[in-house]
Amino acid sequence: MAVTETSGLLTENPSAPRDSALFRYVLYQADDNLVLAQRMSAWISRAHDLEEDIALANIALDLLGRARMLLEYAGKLEGKCRTEDELAMFRSEREYTNLLLVEQPNGDFAYTMVRQFFFDAYQLGLWKALADSKDTTLAAIAGKALKEARYHLRHSSGWLVRLGDGTRESHRRTRQAVEELWRFVPEMFESEETCDRLAEAEVAVSPSQLRPAWIRRVRDTFSSAGLQIPGDRFSRSGGRSGFHTEHLGYLLAEMQWMQRSYPGMQW
Amino acid sequence: MDATLLSGDAVVIDARDVQSRVEAVPDPELPWVTISDLGVLRSTHIALGRAVVEVTPTWSGCPAMDAIRESIRLVLGEAGFTPEQMEINTTFSPAWTTDDITDAGRRKLAQAGIAPPRRPAEQPLGETLCPRCQSTGVRQVSEFGSTPCKALMVCRSCLEPFDRFKEL
Repeated sequence: MAVTETSGLLTENPSAPRDSALFRYVLYQADDNLVLAQRMSAWISRAHDLEEDIALANIALDLLGRARMLLEYAGKLEGKCRTEDELAMFRSEREYTNLLLVEQPNGDFAYTMVRQFFFDAYQLGLWKALADSKDTTLAAIAGKALKEARYHLRHSSGWLVRLGDGTRESHRRTRQAVEELWRFVPEMFESEETCDRLAEAEVAVSPSQLRPAWIRRVRDTFSSAGLQIPGDRFSRSGGRSGFHTEHLGYLLAEMQWMQRSYPGMQW
Repeated sequence: MDATLLSGDAVVIDARDVQSRVEAVPDPELPWVTISDLGVLRSTHIALGRAVVEVTPTWSGCPAMDAIRESIRLVLGEAGFTPEQMEINTTFSPAWTTDDITDAGRRKLAQAGIAPPRRPAEQPLGETLCPRCQSTGVRQVSEFGSTPCKALMVCRSCLEPFDRFKEL
């Protein structure tokens, strides 16, 4: 067995074949998208106008679709016959491998948009790189995700400029969101064993390689938005190994409640 | 391919007929266009009493895909295939693009009041016309619309709102 479960934690057998590392890597991407899809869905019926409500729902749906493709593939790689639903609904907080950024609560609209912008800018670079992966399934998913990511980034960067360069109040809230969320940025580009190992095999991309283009994208948008890139500060990480902020538990409790109460239930 | 084939229990299946029935499966959100018009249907193979259909999703989160698979199963069932004789595969590569929408599909979209996507999707040429009055004086209200594949537009000339199929 390539991946074994020890006290509710996914641990990797160092001698396991590439499939087990790839399983973890695909799961990272799936969890990022699934958790943010869940966060974004919470905006439905709460946005400030109908068009924006529809936009947020559409983006949530794209992220969910991406998560489904990735979870299905992860299930195949794992080889334990776990379906996308089982991977989504029956893993605990410690088994979720998403970045801390995406599990942060929605806050106000500025906070949601800054979180989304950071993530969109990151995803664009990630899928661009993974479109050339030597793993053909991952490359196919990346090719699809990349096209949609361009729409998402255009949406969130447009809002960053409108909010940052808007009223004094919108600027203040956006700047505050940037200040608060910046501590979750370094985690996206942190060196990580699974990623680095697969990057050597040209299956994955090393997170640190994505940083320069990300910073460039953020700087461009910030300069139009009248925002400053914060200086170095205390940062948080641990999501990839299942160490989360307290917010993920509540999110999963809500998301998984139905399946945990009535396992295998279908609409 | 043979026009007629014998399935296991000697029901005569007309492969060409089955193929055209699968091609005619409508999109559940845009029922006047077929999955063949949209390029969602990649292939249909009928051989040895089995039907293997390959589809590709438009936008990755599009909920229509489940309904499309269900409709294909229904059509194959009507043609005499048992669930065990059907295989519906989903492929992601090459990724679907709006360039896969056929000319007939584009005409049908325009007739239904949806501005068809421009070509090529990577670097679209030309302008979006109002599907009602053909004016080029149109404005985008939002890049996200009633389904993942559409944007909300409004025409400055006839003042009508309309949907635009966005390039992907």
